[in-house]
Amino acid sequence: MTEAVLTPGADLPESGADESAGSFSLARGLNALREEMDAPVASFFSSCIHCGLCATACPFYVETGDPKYTPIHKLEPMRILWEQEFTFWGKLKGTLREKLPLEKWGLDKLLAGKQVTDAMLAEWEPLLYDSCTMCGRCSMVCPVGNDIQYMIRKAREGQVASGHSPEGLIAASVRAVNTGSPMGLKWKTLEVQIKHVEQSTGLPVPIDTQGADYLVLLSSMEIINFPEYLEALTKIFDHAGVSWTLSTQCFEATNAGIQIGSKDIAATLVQRVVDAAEQLGVKNVISPECGHAYTAIRWEGPNAIKRAYPFKVFHIIEVLDQLRAEGRIKTEGKEDDRLSMHDPCNLARKSGVIQQQRNLMDLVAEEFVDLKEHGKMQWCCGAGGGVSSNERAEDLKLAAFKKKKAQIEEVEPDRMVTMCATCRTQLEEGLEEHTMDIPVVGLTELIADHLVDKE
Amino acid sequence: MTAMEFLMLTKGPLFQAALAVFALGLLARLVEIFALGRAHNYAAPRGNAALGGLRTMYKRFEPDPGTFKAAPFDVVVGMIWHVGFIVALLLFIPHVELIKSTFGIAWPALPNPVVDAVTAITLLGLLAALVHRLAHPVKRFLSTTEDYLIWSVTFLVMLTGWLAYHRMINPYPLALGLHILAAEIFLVVLPFTKLTHIFTAFVARYYNGAIYGRKGVQS
Repeated sequence: MTEAVLTPGADLPESGADESAGSFSLARGLNALREEMDAPVASFFSSCIHCGLCATACPFYVETGDPKYTPIHKLEPMRILWEQEFTFWGKLKGTLREKLPLEKWGLDKLLAGKQVTDAMLAEWEPLLYDSCTMCGRCSMVCPVGNDIQYMIRKAREGQVASGHSPEGLIAASVRAVNTGSPMGLKWKTLEVQIKHVEQSTGLPVPIDTQGADYLVLLSSMEIINFPEYLEALTKIFDHAGVSWTLSTQCFEATNAGIQIGSKDIAATLVQRVVDAAEQLGVKNVISPECGHAYTAIRWEGPNAIKRAYPFKVFHIIEVLDQLRAEGRIKTEGKEDDRLSMHDPCNLARKSGVIQQQRNLMDLVAEEFVDLKEHGKMQWCCGAGGGVSSNERAEDLKLAAFKKKKAQIEEVEPDRMVTMCATCRTQLEEGLEEHTMDIPVVGLTELIADHLVDKE
Repeated sequence: MTAMEFLMLTKGPLFQAALAVFALGLLARLVEIFALGRAHNYAAPRGNAALGGLRTMYKRFEPDPGTFKAAPFDVVVGMIWHVGFIVALLLFIPHVELIKSTFGIAWPALPNPVVDAVTAITLLGLLAALVHRLAHPVKRFLSTTEDYLIWSVTFLVMLTGWLAYHRMINPYPLALGLHILAAEIFLVVLPFTKLTHIFTAFVARYYNGAIYGRKGVQS
């Protein structure tokens, strides 16, 4: 499978390609799914009794009311394959179908097994990508304990290998492999931004500094939409005396391979981060204000390249909270308007970073109010897990946002704070769509705004 | 065959056979699950996986407030008839005696009128759950023949037990034989259907809790 990586783009299907074009086929898709079956998956499928409670946890079902968006239903092809090939009963039924003249005995209907076909995988493509952000809320409420999100991630491997993944995500993956950025951003663009930051702050932005404590990664979306993040970070790290650096070799933290569901692409992209970090000999790598990038590097990355890292990985919020705890961040004054916060799913529910952002809010907010369901039970903004790179999902993305909107309306904040560029973009667009005048700010900037000037 | 012969058949060879199918079938299912194994996890843990797994095994008995608000019927009715089923199974005097004679362990049972009331409530709960399954758009959409089959098998065990206790089927040996037969069907069907969730749900909960526990989240 690794040769696929050597010729990036070559093995991704052209838009609208069918299974005959290239090396993508039903057989490869089924094989990819077989590879993903493990004991947790088998225990999950064995336990589902179709209660449908996962639907009540899913913003896509809750806001559309369409039963086909029930989380466990999105895994039907994978479940069929599991039943057929990984259970005694399924295997027995298969053997009986093969060996006995069931049709003659009128038993063919009774023992008929559903087959996973290419058409089925095509039909499930929008269910697995457009209507799921892998936010994991369903995994928190399932009474029998199914981690549905864990299986969606796996099922996407089958979709990619069979050639049934969204155009937008394929394009992002090709760009990520070819240019290093899912949005096709080059170092040159970042360099211009770095110059601006250096001019406006009067501080140097360290680049390729050997032996720095922290390698700072960014996300393309952040570079394009929120240049204020890099400026804030530069100020805070100068203030706290943190030794850090960017790398010209690798600045992108996100991993399109994990969103689309390709272990090969995921490994290629993670390896770039690891190479850059090892080359600079850094002790730590910082994931930017992006939830997905954090889970990609922190949790999936080592498994993608099948070895532990020689460095630690932190989300920027973890680093800032650590600096706060060490007394290295001195702030003055507080925001006096009513602030609430959106926890990115990938950061809170899927990574356990929940208290840190609240500690930081206490530092700079006079009136902070949490959304009713927050932390590990927060509701997704509707844009993560590749949904925002998938143009086809635009309407669903805005529909799912309505749950977040309702949550925000409940506490009536003046502004929202978050720490993920994708969530932030979605909140801004969604709130604007509903003509709600609630600006959204990044937490890192908020902290930078209140730093005590150095003597 | 007389009613008594029927009863002896269900109490004797059929019971032995059903127990054997249940035990071997369940063992096979569990082996099937665990044999698949898990890939080694190279990511540095934030929390304790095993502890998280064990906690989630219990924690999912307590629905989170949001789920209760979104689906109060599911939570209340589901809990009532599950508890009722377990109470009738494990705390009815004749059942305790059967367990004692089969496995040599015993515990105090509940008075008959209490178990009778619990059984009646459980039967109503099961009926309500069936109506809900047929009426709720998500449940109806998801439901397969198997879902209705396991409902029937579960309902029949409770119903035949209740009818036998109230002598509503005559003669009594026939009533009791029918109840035992229903229990045997339940046992035989269990390993090959979603009734396995009685056991595998704890495995699933463990894995869920361990996956999140490793990341420092109590799921």
